[in-house]
Amino acid sequence: MDYVKLINCMRCGMCLPACPTYKETFLETASPRGRVALVRKLQEGELDQSARLLEYLSLCIDCQACASSCPCGVNAGELVAEFTCERKAEDRLSFMEDLVLRKLLPHPDRLEAAIVPMRLYQRIGLQKLVRTLGILKMFPKPLDRMEGLLTDLPERPLRQVIQADMPARGAVRGTIGFFLGCVMSLIFSDASRATIKLLTLLGYRVITPKNQVCCGAPNMLSGDLAGLKDAARKNVNIFGGFDLDFIVTDCGGCGAELKKYSHHLNEPSVASFSNKVRDISQVLTMHADELKAILTPLPLKVTYHDPCHIAHCQGIRKQPRELLNLVPGLKYTELENADACCGGGGTYNIEKPQMADLILRRKLDTIRATGAEVLVTGNPGCLLQLKKGLMDHLPQVKIMHLTELLAKSIGV
Amino acid sequence: MNPSFIKELQAIVGQQYTLSDRESLAVYGYDATPELESRPGVVLMPGSSDEIARIMRLCHGAGISVTPRGSGTNLSGGSIAGSEGVVVQTSRLNRIIEVDEENLTATVEPGVITSALHREVEARGLFYPPDPGSMNISTMGGNVAENSGGLRGLKYGVTANYVMGLETILADGSLLHTGGKVVKDVAGYCLNPLLVSSEGTLGFFTGITVKLIPKPQVKTTMLAHFPEMRQAALTVSAIIAAKVIPATLEFLDKVTIKCVEDYAHVGLPLDVDAVLLIEVDGHPVVVAEEAAAVEAICRKHGCSFFQTAKNADEALNLATARRTALSALARLKPTTILEDATVPRSCIAAMLKVIQDSAKKHNVTIGTFGHAGDGNLHPTCLTDERDKDEIARAHKAFDEIFDAAISMGGTITGEHGVGMAKKKYLPRLVGESGIRVMRGIKQAFDPKGILNPGKIF
Ligand SMILES: Cc1cc2nc3c(=O)[nH]c(=O)nc-3n(C[C@H](O)[C@H](O)[C@H](O)COP(=O)(O)OP(=O)(O)OC[C@H]3O[C@@H](n4cnc5c(N)ncnc54)[C@H](O)[C@@H]3O)c2cc1C
Ligand code: SF4
Ligand code: SF4
Repeated sequence: MDYVKLINCMRCGMCLPACPTYKETFLETASPRGRVALVRKLQEGELDQSARLLEYLSLCIDCQACASSCPCGVNAGELVAEFTCERKAEDRLSFMEDLVLRKLLPHPDRLEAAIVPMRLYQRIGLQKLVRTLGILKMFPKPLDRMEGLLTDLPERPLRQVIQADMPARGAVRGTIGFFLGCVMSLIFSDASRATIKLLTLLGYRVITPKNQVCCGAPNMLSGDLAGLKDAARKNVNIFGGFDLDFIVTDCGGCGAELKKYSHHLNEPSVASFSNKVRDISQVLTMHADELKAILTPLPLKVTYHDPCHIAHCQGIRKQPRELLNLVPGLKYTELENADACCGGGGTYNIEKPQMADLILRRKLDTIRATGAEVLVTGNPGCLLQLKKGLMDHLPQVKIMHLTELLAKSIGV
Repeated sequence: MNPSFIKELQAIVGQQYTLSDRESLAVYGYDATPELESRPGVVLMPGSSDEIARIMRLCHGAGISVTPRGSGTNLSGGSIAGSEGVVVQTSRLNRIIEVDEENLTATVEPGVITSALHREVEARGLFYPPDPGSMNISTMGGNVAENSGGLRGLKYGVTANYVMGLETILADGSLLHTGGKVVKDVAGYCLNPLLVSSEGTLGFFTGITVKLIPKPQVKTTMLAHFPEMRQAALTVSAIIAAKVIPATLEFLDKVTIKCVEDYAHVGLPLDVDAVLLIEVDGHPVVVAEEAAAVEAICRKHGCSFFQTAKNADEALNLATARRTALSALARLKPTTILEDATVPRSCIAAMLKVIQDSAKKHNVTIGTFGHAGDGNLHPTCLTDERDKDEIARAHKAFDEIFDAAISMGGTITGEHGVGMAKKKYLPRLVGESGIRVMRGIKQAFDPKGILNPGKIF
């Protein structure tokens, strides 16, 4: 790890109010400033790799709210993740890690084969695999909490049923490679269907290569950098086979990871891949005028939750709001602390259920205060976490992916 | 620290709120002050003022020192305790107890975050002006203990101008009430001002009553670019001489502008030597007049571009960007040593020259920003703690800067406090008699010397 990145933290504390775990605990060890200090002291030999130190670091959600608020350019979340990776590189992967990260995730067929038969009726296996995708504790406790979510699972993963090459409607504007996230495909296939429809309506030919593999974010989360690099190489090769204007995803987490491929692999083909990656909201705002012409009134009270992977990791905040405000009749209310984490954090809510619940509750309070009927967001992790939270505590509020809401307004 | 003593403390605040593991202690050894660090013996997070009183009583009996801590953002080492010391963090005491609209006061617990109080009172059309750069994380207890200033200090003053009443736990655990909601009070010595800026050495604040004022109806935020630093400095003096008192009159030099723009992207100019961020507020008619006057003065003094924020968002972005100046400067080099020398505002131009000359002489990079309207500049040396030679040169430069400030009738610290960092300069400023009187006061409040020892003198 780059020591200078650690000593760059001048301990001003500007990041503390942004950090979800600090807000809940007021503990310096659970703050970005404290986490950078812990890693630094470890490097300097003042502390050693005690179980307690690792436990403290593991409470970080990697939401990167700290990075957005650090004027000095320190990214505590990333430093903790980097540290975890380096430590992991010294250890061997556990049996489960090897199974999920190396044998399942890089092979969509196997992944689906492992999940689909279990769907609906086998609470444990399904919840585990679906929600965690790379989460390694075998039988997490709060499983039945998720049961309600399983009822509206798609019959078959979208990857299996989607047409790999969707022609543009009307005049062709360009070609887009669609990166279909695992969770979007397995659970939120309606949203990704909507995404593809919107793109074709706007004149894009949409290519969804069926052999694409998981973006590698779960590998990164588990500290498996080698696995991430494998995934990156595969995807770069696959998408490199087409002449694309953009590579688009409607999964915030995938988008953040794909854009970062070039940080891990210093190769021209990787850089050109990463440069083409766009969150769906970025592409849609480029066509605001065309959209405006086809959007029809939707008299709903709506608010928007910024996924960490979209706002903090990709710096995208304006676009989703701009798009929502295009919808006639829609009443948009800004959510207080809209870019505060919801507690989903990939698999965090299973690994640290208590903390995740505290963070979720804070989010739900702000949602309640807006009086919104629909909560819109753009990342499957948030959709899962918030859907469950709303169901339990605010059943009157529906949750939708941004593209679902736009498609609804267009009537497709 | 003796484990059985920790047990006794734990009995007061509970296990969850007693931190004594190596890892926790290691991260409570610092605050925002560079170059200073020392692990405390134990950290406590009490949940009530009663618990604080009991902690004080126990420590007083045992002769163990106590260091209050808010969010640890002070810049003078004020919240750093020694290895046998108890750190008491106030974050859990974060209730706004009352906003009294009839008396125009607010009463808060010490762990309330400054900007949380702003939001609460502004929602009722009221205003609590002190707004340090750190307001989104600094606590009211820390603000009172350091007598923090802010961007609005020029027109509205500093924390001390708003503290009306304090509830303070003394070293022996007894309770002291000073002031209250009355606007006049001459019963005995005036103790509030003594407690404000006491840096945790005289007592532990558990309740703070502050004065509120009506929220100004409108404000206009302006940014003036200057090709030369001196022009900006002369403009500051000219604005004040013209009897216009802006709420905010902030200065940023070229180095600072670049760092802030790198982080905040608010459109600061990269090709000028200095900018002034100016805000006038109040009645719409007066604001319009003052804004026009400010613009005329800026132009007269060589301002190359003058911009008025088009809307509240743009104004907020500019002010927010300015608040990040210190941390943004740390982008360039790992270590930032910032000072707080303050001079009569007519001396701003002379002071800027001294800073420039010292930087050149000792071959160090100094970025300067600050509350120019208050005569309070923050020359910030960008360095690397691993380069001992450069650090030594930085301190030499600051030595000269402090001497110059004192000779101009200024002070060594305008708002960050003496703490440990500026101890050695204090005698130069206040002299032997000053130190003697201060020690006498400390003795009267805390004869055993257990409250935040090692700070100020
Ligand atoms: C980026 C940045 C910008 C800043 N901008 C400004 C600025 O514009 N103006 C300014 O004046 N300062 C500024 N500061 C300095 C700092 O934020 C202030 O000194 C602030 O008041 C400290 O508050 P805190 O809660 O962090 O207190 P701490 O740092 O935790 O403590 C400060 C001192 O107060 C004492 N203390 C804390 N709580 C209590 C209590 N309840 N009772 C008794 N003593 C107590 C502590 O013992 C310590 O001596 C800035 C700092 C940073 C890092
Ligand atoms: S991470 Fe950044 S914002 Fe947080 S304390 Fe360090 S320098 Fe300040
Ligand atoms: S990544 Fe999120 S949880 Fe981790 S330190 Fe940063 S703000 Fe806190």
